[in-house]
Amino acid sequence: MPAHAAKQPTEPEVLLGFGLAAAAALFLFAVARAEDQAFAFHMTLLAAASVGGIFLIANRYISRPAAIPQEIAGKPNYSYGPIKFAALAAMVWGIAGFLVGVIIASQLAFPALNFDLPWTNFGRLRPLHTSAVIFAFGGNVLIATSFYVVQRTCRARLAGELAPWFVVLGYNLFIVIAGTGYLLGVTQSKEYAEPEWYADLFLTVVWVVYLVVFLATIWKRKEPHIFVANWFYLAFIVTIAVLHLGNNAALPVSPFGSRSYVVWAGVQDAMIQWWYGHNAVGFFLTAGFLAIMYYFVPKRAERPIYSYRLSIIHFWALVFLYIWAGPHHLHYTALPDWAQTLGMTFSVMLWMPSWGGMINGLMTLSGAWDKLRTDPVLRMMVVSLAFYGMSTFEGPLMSIRAVNSLSHYTDWTIGHVHSGALGWVGYVSFGALYCLIPWIYDRKLYSLRLVDWHFWVSTLGIVLYVSAMWVSGILQGLMWRAYNALGFLEYSFIESAEAMHPFYVIRALGGLLFLAGALIMAFNIWMTVRSPAVAPETQGRAAPAAA
Amino acid sequence: VTILLFLVPLALALGLAALAAFLWSLKVGQFDDLDGAAHRALLDDDLRKPPGGSAPE
Repeated sequence: MPAHAAKQPTEPEVLLGFGLAAAAALFLFAVARAEDQAFAFHMTLLAAASVGGIFLIANRYISRPAAIPQEIAGKPNYSYGPIKFAALAAMVWGIAGFLVGVIIASQLAFPALNFDLPWTNFGRLRPLHTSAVIFAFGGNVLIATSFYVVQRTCRARLAGELAPWFVVLGYNLFIVIAGTGYLLGVTQSKEYAEPEWYADLFLTVVWVVYLVVFLATIWKRKEPHIFVANWFYLAFIVTIAVLHLGNNAALPVSPFGSRSYVVWAGVQDAMIQWWYGHNAVGFFLTAGFLAIMYYFVPKRAERPIYSYRLSIIHFWALVFLYIWAGPHHLHYTALPDWAQTLGMTFSVMLWMPSWGGMINGLMTLSGAWDKLRTDPVLRMMVVSLAFYGMSTFEGPLMSIRAVNSLSHYTDWTIGHVHSGALGWVGYVSFGALYCLIPWIYDRKLYSLRLVDWHFWVSTLGIVLYVSAMWVSGILQGLMWRAYNALGFLEYSFIESAEAMHPFYVIRALGGLLFLAGALIMAFNIWMTVRSPAVAPETQGRAAPAAA
Repeated sequence: VTILLFLVPLALALGLAALAAFLWSLKVGQFDDLDGAAHRALLDDDLRKPPGGSAPE
């Protein structure tokens, strides 16, 4: 490579630049023809983002060197920019999502907090909460860590220069469109898949680019072995693409309006919805975060995975068993009995790979358990595994039809979801971010004591949340099925709603503590990023002592 | 139920695709040195930043 090669715009820079210009024109046309305000607003947003994208490409062209080397002095020139953006975005969206969670939990305890306004009512804020925590927080954590892990374990720079940025920025733009849509009342009313058809199409484009970037990085790997975490990430990306396309099949009322009709109806729609819904749990909230576990726990503990062989069995078992668990959401419905039984059977079979994986993660600590006393980041990840074990034990139990007849439609489900979401997904994400952000910024984590505080405050929050929902859920289930001597229902529905009040207050308090922990984390991360850079240390050292 | 006529074959197709991926990884020797793979994931090859400038992102 000549040292003074003239700088030329690359083909992707030119193509994406013109593509974005064409897209901006198209979106402006859609604004002009828009049939409702929300659609006009979103098309304006997309047009502005396209123009912004052109500006970013030009800006990048001016500031970049003539050629970006794949390797420097024989070592991979890792790309960290998109990872930094996604990691910090995860922190911001996390706080927003937890805050909205506290608000809607308070609304359930004190309905006056709905304020009788359409934009602040529970029905609109609830999808804002679920999407913010799952897709905005969780999604950004997955994108950030996957881009980091795939580069590191393949010993190759991330494929493409603009494509990873397109994935990160495009994904976050999708989040903004989805979130503002919910507040404006734009929804196709499918749980965890509320965004309307145009947002779905946009996400499809972003996701395909994500898959291509990931696969192309694996393709040019220098390390012959594909590390097990990459397999988990790959399963997550591929399956989410399939689920997204299947569940979001919809016919727009007009190409210039925000409304659409879902293709499926009745029990058909319910089946594909929960096929999507539960596999999103399996491949978004489980496979993706297991990838994080399999990379970050060994790194932080500075020990190889307890049994690498078991991790591979874990992966293939999960891939082959997971896909048919969805019908357990539809027990005692119009869905044929055999399909319900099939869903239940597959759910129960999942006990094996889940617990195998959990034990594998925990045993990685064997011989290094003392680190739990000194390293709160590692402690957070280990507790996340304990919650993973707990919620993957509880889940198959609840999928059994007889148990489900008590638990379904009650708060037990909410408690189960949150032991997985706060305990497993939340904690493994926090642990990964506490590792990742100092690594990619070449910083030392500002304070381990604050991590300790985060850990204890939010653990208390999770315990309050989950136990309140267990009690309230079982109470609810028992009240609904209680009959008196004459065969009439013992309680009216409103009596069961009244009985929930104290538990809803405890739940809101638990959520508040979880939010407080996340705020402590945000401060810690902020101080870390702002602190002066240190020489890149070997990863995994919890707190490298200053020389 | 018509949706099941779509979902069951789709699940089978995904399973077969996964099986193909597994057989491929077996064939190319992905699992020949599991202990080495577990240890190599812990190794790092960090670039020391050149003085006066950071690596481009």
